[in-house]
Amino acid sequence: MNLLIKIAFRNMLRNLRRSLMTGSAVAAGALALLLFGGFAAYIFAGLETNNVQRIGHLTVFREGYFLLGAGNPAAYGIDRYRDVIELIERDPTVGPMINVITPTQSLVGIAGNFSGNVEASKTFLGTGLIPSSRERMRQWDEFGASAGYVPDRRMSDEDPSRGEIGVGLARVLGLCGPLGLHGCPALPGARPPSGAAAGAASRELTDLAARDLGAGAQGADPSPQIDLLAATAGGAPNVVQLAVGGAEPQGVKELDDNFVAMPLGLAQQLVYGRSEHKATGIVLQLHRSEDLPAARARLTALFKQKHLDLEVRDFGELSPFYGQVKNMFSAIFLFIALVMGVIVLFAVVNTMTMNVMERTNEVGTIRALGVRRAGIRSQFTVEGVLIGAIGATVGAALALAVAALVNHAGLTWIPPGNATAVPLRLDVAGRAALVGGAWLGLAIVTTLAALLPANRAARLPVVDALRHV
Amino acid sequence: MARAAVSAAAATAANPAAVVRLRQAAKTYWSGTLEVPALRGISLEIPSHRFSVVVGASGSGKTTLLNLIGCIDSPSSGTLEVCGEEIASLSDDALSDFRARNIGFIFQTFSLVPVLSAYENVEYPLLLVGMPQAERRRRTLEMLEAVGLAGQAHQRPNELSGGQRQRVAIARALVKEPQVVLADEPTANLDSATGASIIELMRRVQVQSRTTFIFATHDPQLMSHADETFVIRDGELLEHRRGDRR
Repeated sequence: MNLLIKIAFRNMLRNLRRSLMTGSAVAAGALALLLFGGFAAYIFAGLETNNVQRIGHLTVFREGYFLLGAGNPAAYGIDRYRDVIELIERDPTVGPMINVITPTQSLVGIAGNFSGNVEASKTFLGTGLIPSSRERMRQWDEFGASAGYVPDRRMSDEDPSRGEIGVGLARVLGLCGPLGLHGCPALPGARPPSGAAAGAASRELTDLAARDLGAGAQGADPSPQIDLLAATAGGAPNVVQLAVGGAEPQGVKELDDNFVAMPLGLAQQLVYGRSEHKATGIVLQLHRSEDLPAARARLTALFKQKHLDLEVRDFGELSPFYGQVKNMFSAIFLFIALVMGVIVLFAVVNTMTMNVMERTNEVGTIRALGVRRAGIRSQFTVEGVLIGAIGATVGAALALAVAALVNHAGLTWIPPGNATAVPLRLDVAGRAALVGGAWLGLAIVTTLAALLPANRAARLPVVDALRHV
Repeated sequence: MARAAVSAAAATAANPAAVVRLRQAAKTYWSGTLEVPALRGISLEIPSHRFSVVVGASGSGKTTLLNLIGCIDSPSSGTLEVCGEEIASLSDDALSDFRARNIGFIFQTFSLVPVLSAYENVEYPLLLVGMPQAERRRRTLEMLEAVGLAGQAHQRPNELSGGQRQRVAIARALVKEPQVVLADEPTANLDSATGASIIELMRRVQVQSRTTFIFATHDPQLMSHADETFVIRDGELLEHRRGDRR
């Protein structure tokens, strides 16, 4: 083996220019694969972080809610959800895995702004949540992919009537001015304050909401108020007033134009009125993503054991966008890998074919000395693999250097699904599987590429090889 | 000197000391659809421990005969026995192992491995037979000393003269102490003085090692050293002469 490597290494140096060209092709392949792979890995980590911060790893629903509940969330409330949360927290398997467990209430309805000179309304998709739990979820950053935690003080557990909305909804409801949002066009047809005569129905709605909330919740708060109208679980119309603490872009326009986040209690009041308050979902954020399958399996078993009609869904199912982006980047990575593999394959086949042709007489000589066909095959294969291995190693080193440069250059970009810019990073250094996989893949390609001419050399009749000039 | 036209029966008369035996060995090549006979049913025995020369005009079949004896080609018909082994019965791997143990080659163009030093070229055949390192080293250095290249052990072939390269090739052929050394026109690429010194060297080591040397040559100098001379013409054995040297 030592002799094989010695001869292979010296032949590589003997044809230095050719070896350099072939090694460069392999290095370029490794560089492209690792840089794109590092970028994709960073995207995956960023998307996962974004999703886990927003909707946790797992959500527990009433059976059937995931497929049918969007039209009528109130009909799929989890009874005695606090008991379910306690059951999950006390479970010796899942309990220690949990970072945050918190109930949520989804709802749909109509949001209206009938204050001053504005009279606008819009359907909304609402989420009721516990603000302090949301803040703890926003701090999750297992992969170091978060843009950095900035506390959101627009909602708090102490203010049960304050929420936030999407920028699109704020625009439609004419709240850009009161919320200090830039780049918002004024609503057409807004009536001047003096001669305003807001519709009687709108005023009645506002009065009704104010009465429901109680006088104490109003007056002192300078935030703009909107009215939220929804059907209760019993089918009766209900209305509450929400103080809008701020507007947050949601990344996707459809969501941005409909989004309302409010304290859980307010959402429950709107949906359940004075009857028993339920929750449509129990969100679990785990300490580590790798615990997700085990946690899900345990919860499913636990609910079956306790005869609870609950089901568990993970963030990939709740946010198909995550899976779509992941599949798209994986497909692009596979495409690049295939292209690079073909380029490397042809480069190595070409180089090794030239080597075999130039050394045909040498093949004849060492076959005459007693080297078996397998020995000839090994000789040329080792040469190809050596060029491939050195090229892939150089490519990997270059990729690590380029990634380090980019990561320290302070570049930013807006990833898919995000509303704000985040630092651009190439996650190569922390991805041993990616680096090892790309290296191994290229080594396998060069081995296969070298085997073709090596086999040809091994099959040469000795006398023909000796006659070759 | 005995001189006689060689009949097949006479040539294959039992000779227990023969290292090579050919019986009606023929070799035919194909050039497209054209059949080109290189050897036409040759029968001969080459005695061991002798300096034997195969002579003949270009295209007479000398190299083909040496290729068959060296087990790097196989006869189209007839039988070939080398060192007591029926060659037709051996697989390709077994033939390779057989060559590695029993046959040394000296080529007209030296055919050294260009990326290996003189020492490594000579050591190469010993690696193929799995000889331990200490023994390998001893034998390689002794052989380089014997061919007068102890001082050039670490030089690559492109740093050596033609004569020196052929000395390395001789050392490589002899280092494993084979039963047969085959040399195809070993002096053809050398000037006459260098050729003479190479012939002297081969003759000396042949006497010392009592190895069987078989040459294909046009070189009168080399022919003059022959113990046995086989004259080939048009693929047939024309004459077998026994020399005076024993």
